[in-house]
Amino acid sequence: MPLLELHNVKVRYGAIEALHGIDLNVEQGQIVALLGANGAGKSTTLRTVSGLLRPASGTVLFDGKPIQGLPPHKIVELGIAHVPEGRGIFANFTVDENLAVGAYTRSDKAGVAADRERVLEMFPRLRERLRQNAGTLSGGEQQMLAIGRALLARPRLLLLDEPSLGLAPQIVRQIFALIRRINADGTTILLVEQNVHMALDAASYGYVLEVGSIAMHDFPATLKTSDQVRKAYLGVA
Amino acid sequence: MELLATRARDYRPPTWLAILRGLLGPTIVVLLAVVLQRYSKSLFADEYRVWDDVLLKVGVNVILAVSLNIVNGYTGQFSIGHAGFMAVGGYTAAFLSYYGSFALWGDTMPHGGFLSCVSEPAEFVGRFADTGDAWFLLVLLAAGLAAALAGVVVGLPSIRLRGDYLAIVTLGFGEIVRVLLDSTEGTLSAEEIPEHSWASRAHYLGGPMGFFGQPFYTTHFWVWLFAGVTILTAYRLKASTFGRAFLAIRENEVAAQSIGVSTTSYKVYAFVISAFFAGIAGALYAHQLGNALAPSELCYQKSFDVIIMVVIGGMGSITGSILGAVLVTALPEWLRQPTHVWHVGLAMILVALAFSRFRVSRTVVLMALLTAALELMRFLSLHYEVNLERYRMILYALSLIAFMLLRPQGFFGVYEAWDAVRFWRLRPRGKTAAVGATP
Repeated sequence: MPLLELHNVKVRYGAIEALHGIDLNVEQGQIVALLGANGAGKSTTLRTVSGLLRPASGTVLFDGKPIQGLPPHKIVELGIAHVPEGRGIFANFTVDENLAVGAYTRSDKAGVAADRERVLEMFPRLRERLRQNAGTLSGGEQQMLAIGRALLARPRLLLLDEPSLGLAPQIVRQIFALIRRINADGTTILLVEQNVHMALDAASYGYVLEVGSIAMHDFPATLKTSDQVRKAYLGVA
Repeated sequence: MELLATRARDYRPPTWLAILRGLLGPTIVVLLAVVLQRYSKSLFADEYRVWDDVLLKVGVNVILAVSLNIVNGYTGQFSIGHAGFMAVGGYTAAFLSYYGSFALWGDTMPHGGFLSCVSEPAEFVGRFADTGDAWFLLVLLAAGLAAALAGVVVGLPSIRLRGDYLAIVTLGFGEIVRVLLDSTEGTLSAEEIPEHSWASRAHYLGGPMGFFGQPFYTTHFWVWLFAGVTILTAYRLKASTFGRAFLAIRENEVAAQSIGVSTTSYKVYAFVISAFFAGIAGALYAHQLGNALAPSELCYQKSFDVIIMVVIGGMGSITGSILGAVLVTALPEWLRQPTHVWHVGLAMILVALAFSRFRVSRTVVLMALLTAALELMRFLSLHYEVNLERYRMILYALSLIAFMLLRPQGFFGVYEAWDAVRFWRLRPRGKTAAVGATP
């Protein structure tokens, strides 16, 4: 049974339908990449999974149980953490406070302390800046903080919305190495990316969204050789 | 993983130490309140006796500002209805203490002991539970609860509204309370009370003229006890997971949702906590000698006064709210009877210096200029015998405008006085901070 299943999910913003009934599966332990141009509905899909948006129809199953229509905080408690686009760190909190609120839904102090230690070991830059205001971090550090914060909720499924946005290529490579490591440690990841190369290198399966519908889905190796993807996203004629 | 978890447990302080630490704050608050109550009479020389009264007003305003800061500062929701909560609390308290005193003692006179006795010597009669002290404590808590209930009513629409729209709803709430109170009738005299049932007495709350006849129980003890409790609550909130949810909503509502904060519930919690303390402040206001508990005194003008305190101090800062309450309350009084202020100015310059790590920052200059201006005003008014009192509201308004032009984020910004230590450690000497407005 897949960890996350979307069946015929439709989402509307007022009169405009942003998702025209999409089907998507994320298996336990995978990194699934969700690709597509601007406005294709990638972020909308993530926001629907994390409960920030309610689908107009269709079902979202997490671990076999329907979660569509649940408020976001209940979904976080079930084990889905969302790193929103543009990182969404709390700029006036210190790095340490940002991490602390990440564990907001948990009450096992010892477990939280251990996870915090694990995150700080994974992102040594954050340890150097624990007492600093998060707004003073560089873009890459902020992205690391946003991911670290999400990890403190100890999610089974991590939703990443454009982690490479606005970052230098060197930093993007670092971030993707960390994403792989988080996945190797046992967290399933649904990744939205515009950086198709990096995303397909990391992913074990890929979906391509086009104006609110799934245009194709396949293994990364196949997607990379597909003419459609090459033309649209890889800049190869 | 396992090993780290064990180590984390080892680092936790022992239970007895945690309990002692937790009790430290409340103990200091109670001690301070008792000491102030005992020695308040000898605090000011006779010619400055009016400051004794101002000190009580400062305390009530500290409660109002620190509690409003929980909604406006912590949670980032803009409320202009704080006076409404204050009125709900104040009138609930006055109703209970006036009509309740009659039911308990057959008259509406104060029956206070040491804790709530304005005149000396304190007439402590019998057990604590039999005195007006115990009754007033219950009245204060009831006032807080009544206002908290009103907080639920106002908090619920705020789930859907934000910014200007929420501000208008809260403003409307305050006005509804005022109009309702305006439509009541004069308080019943001792002879008339028995003729009316409890429920029908709620119609006699003084009307536009205000509520008269409630016993004056408000003393330094009660004011500073609850000011201390309010500050402690705000402080603990800021440091707790529960309270960080408020701050998270202010910083980034979507991100707050994404980490599992139920933003809808927390907005209501913020209103309820804030309203509870505003209600207590209203009750203290209602029982202070010399205050008029009238609808016209508790209209939006009062709400704006409290907002000014919070904004001047810095939205989100507890120390800022306290400072704002002190300044806004004391400044108009000071203009009546100017005294030396250089010591206060010096203290503020030192705080500003601590934040900038002993560099002459803009704020340091601002504080020095402010102190110099006040001292100059004092000198001129004495030398040329100008009565500043006549111009005090103009001067007060001008100083507000000047302050907002020069330091729009308020004195402390979102920081606290004790954050100076953090800035000190972080910033290398001689270099300017990268980001973040520091006072």
